[in-house]
Amino acid sequence: MPNLKDLKNRIASVKSTRKITKAMQMVAAAKLRRAQDAAEASRPYTERFNAVMAQLAASVGGSDTAPKLLAGTGSDQVHMLVVMTAERGLCGGFNSSIVKLARLTARKLLAEGKTVKILTVGKKGREQLKRDFSAYLVDHVDLSDVKRLGYANAQDIARNLLVRFDAGEFDVATIFYSQFRSVISQTPTAQQIIPASFDATDGDSAGTLYDYEPDEEAILADLLPRGVATQIFAALLENGASEQGARMSAMDSATRNAGEMIDKLTIEYNRSRQAVITNELIEIISGAEAL
Amino acid sequence: MADTMQFDLVSPERRVASGLVRAVQIPAAEGDLTAMPNHAPLITTLRPGILTVEGESGTEQYVVTGGFAEIGETCTVLAERALPRGEVTQEAYEALVDEAHAAYERTRETFKNEPGPVDDAAKLLSDMVAVGTHIGLSPKQPSL
Repeated sequence: MPNLKDLKNRIASVKSTRKITKAMQMVAAAKLRRAQDAAEASRPYTERFNAVMAQLAASVGGSDTAPKLLAGTGSDQVHMLVVMTAERGLCGGFNSSIVKLARLTARKLLAEGKTVKILTVGKKGREQLKRDFSAYLVDHVDLSDVKRLGYANAQDIARNLLVRFDAGEFDVATIFYSQFRSVISQTPTAQQIIPASFDATDGDSAGTLYDYEPDEEAILADLLPRGVATQIFAALLENGASEQGARMSAMDSATRNAGEMIDKLTIEYNRSRQAVITNELIEIISGAEAL
Repeated sequence: MADTMQFDLVSPERRVASGLVRAVQIPAAEGDLTAMPNHAPLITTLRPGILTVEGESGTEQYVVTGGFAEIGETCTVLAERALPRGEVTQEAYEALVDEAHAAYERTRETFKNEPGPVDDAAKLLSDMVAVGTHIGLSPKQPSL
């Protein structure tokens, strides 16, 4: 039978753990709302941007002079995987599921005889990928000092990628991030960003014939690099919301588990205490009978 | 004939302005242009400059950096960065110029023998400086 004092200590310790997880859950909920607002605020830009790009790409895309960012380099030998994860843990399977998807993709590409390069954004992904893919990691972007994700962060990552692309370091770039569906559901997603693909789902402006100033190709050449940054920015925001959502539900279940544990321990504590009292009574009674 | 049109100014981080306007003066890549209702459909890229919006309740100015504008039945300006003119302090302005300067230096390093991109970056920098002269701020270091 465990000692009463030990049980009491354990209950106290689980109680303080519950306090911490509860606090983390509430912090994550507040941050989640902010991350969702940020994602919401960026949506008009991304939508308009993609609509215009789809239109431009459709009119220029077929020609031989189309920019490399759109048409590709003509080969798909070297793949760049941009793996975006969180800087912190304690958010359930959030980081692992992104890394898992990236790992599967990398294995598949390697099996096909392609060359794989990996750029990591966020500390957790790098730590996990270092184990089996350390030879392929080319660079790492650290966002741990960033309090509020801004467009500038996305621009930095995009610039890093574009310099490598211009230097001919890779042919295809894919970003890995988690798409936010709800607090309890985030889907790891792979999205190819170079060569760029824009789905022309937005049909509202298709009927209008636009004048272009300067010409279409010049605009496209100017906008494609921005497109890379825009897509990375959208993915970063999506990832931010997913991370907080995952953390919130992970901490919620941790809080609940701690509560259950406290209940169990309290019952055990009460039983032991009762047993001790009964024991003492038996001793007194049998002592009195013996007289 | 409608005398106002829907105007939106959005940056990646937020929707900066939205509403009905009479005219918008846009710093387009090949020179300023003014879009009024029923303008011919046009897509143009932006240079750093001042965007002037003549709304129903008055005129407002914004400092925008690169991006593009889509003019049709509505006018949408997508700027990488858009700040109301009042928010552009000396500090914010210096940060913008420094950034353009850094981009220029970087391009000069990367493309030593190709004049094209370097000229583009130099133009970006001088546009940025011109914005300052326009709103009465000057960069702390003389450019170029």
